Amino acid sequence: MPLGFCICGLRMSKIKFISRVTSIYISIMRGTPLMLQLLMVFFGPYFLFGMSLGDSYRFPAVIIAFSLNYAAYFAEIYRGGIQSIPVGQYEAANVLGYSRAQTFFKIILPQVIKRTLPPVTNEVITLTKDTSLAFAIACAEMFTQAKHMASAQRSMMPYVAAGIFYYVFNFVVAFVMERLEKRLSYYR
Amino acid sequence: MTAEQHNQSEMPSTGTPVFQVTHLSKAFGELQVLKDISLSVNHGQVVSIIGPSGSGKSTFLRCATLLETMEHGSMSFMGKTVCEEGPQGAVYAPVSELRKLRALFGLVFQNFNLFPHYNVLKNITDAPICVQKRDPAEVLEKARELLKTMGLSAKENAYPCELSGGQQQRVSIARALISNPQILFFDEPTSALDPELTGEILKTIRALAARKMTMVIVTHEIEFARLVSDHVVFMADGVIVEQGPPEEVISHPKNPRTQAFLMKLSHKA
Ligand SMILES: Nc1ncnc2c1ncn2[C@@H]1O[C@H](COP(=O)(O)OP(=O)(O)O)[C@@H](O)[C@H]1O
Ligand SMILES: [Mg+2]
Repeated sequence: MPLGFCICGLRMSKIKFISRVTSIYISIMRGTPLMLQLLMVFFGPYFLFGMSLGDSYRFPAVIIAFSLNYAAYFAEIYRGGIQSIPVGQYEAANVLGYSRAQTFFKIILPQVIKRTLPPVTNEVITLTKDTSLAFAIACAEMFTQAKHMASAQRSMMPYVAAGIFYYVFNFVVAFVMERLEKRLSYYR
Repeated sequence: MTAEQHNQSEMPSTGTPVFQVTHLSKAFGELQVLKDISLSVNHGQVVSIIGPSGSGKSTFLRCATLLETMEHGSMSFMGKTVCEEGPQGAVYAPVSELRKLRALFGLVFQNFNLFPHYNVLKNITDAPICVQKRDPAEVLEKARELLKTMGLSAKENAYPCELSGGQQQRVSIARALISNPQILFFDEPTSALDPELTGEILKTIRALAARKMTMVIVTHEIEFARLVSDHVVFMADGVIVEQGPPEEVISHPKNPRTQAFLMKLSHKA
């Protein structure tokens, strides 16, 4: 999420080149399957530089790939949020003498957070479910574990258990976000 | 009221205008929006700007309040230079200097532009405390005083979304007044309000005029302009077509365009 914030900043940069490059990045991240990106991040160093990073690299690779991918989505959500704030807010702040940084952090950002909370919740939930993709590089996330157990036990139960776990986790995410939304609903 | 005391203490002895702009011109790309506008506003004066939509009234206020930069012309507040005409057009003072000059004026918007996530009190006090670094206790006291004169004492903890348009506009006037501006600009302060709410805002502005607040008001309320202003400016297509005291410009316009504009307005009403 913080990375998405930085990328959003770059995307909205006044320098054409930077915003252009960032928008290509976002387009690639959103336009190719996460699974592919995961494989690229994991096997990329080996094929490009002949580096063998071994088993200990599995988990960092998953984190890197997910961060790079989801940052692109979060960046676009933030950008939409920032652009939905009426220019009048900037103008009022400007006339009152707020500096650019003060305007952003005191006036704009709180409103952006409120407006982007529902789509951010969506993304977090999707992200949780996407972790099951990590099995592609055999990182031992929950889904993979469940698969092993299922074949060993010849039963559906581990899948059901995994499903319940995903659901409970996302339920908690949704619950927390909803509480947050309620807390911010004191205005408008 | 403190704003007035403040005004008087800094009142220029030599009759320097509070606000002066000469030969202002401004274009958006190919479109020349303002052409050679000059205006001088003295202490305690109330100037109304009238004119058809798209004539550049808002753009003029936006140039005056530094929301837009002008291509040509000079401008000053209390004799302090904002920009001066140079060989290649208007040259602005350094940003640090402009920051100081911002405290000299206030702007009231057509659609209020209050900060929705701040309550009434914070909307008014945040800028003086965080930007001007004034003493919070003093600012708070001043804010409550202003809210009282605006008849909004009961609403200090309300959020903008809980207020009527007229109340929101009064809060935004209080927000502009708290920094003790030397001059207040209004851009159609009643245009976004229901007709039955315009009265309360006009009353507030008249109360300010009675206290000798210097003001420039863009308005379509011709009767109000006639009553409240010392000087009326009729603008069309980016130029000042006619200006003078209200009894001339509004009651006995000489220019055919002014006559046509006023005619149309009175027919609509
Ligand atoms: N930011 C802008 N970019 C391009 N054109 C603009 C911009 N702002 C205003 N204009 C144009 O300038 C002209 C004057 O607009 P404005 O000052 O809002 O008029 P008024 O307030 O008198 O109705 C209009 O033709 C408008 O389309
Ligand atoms: Mg306008």
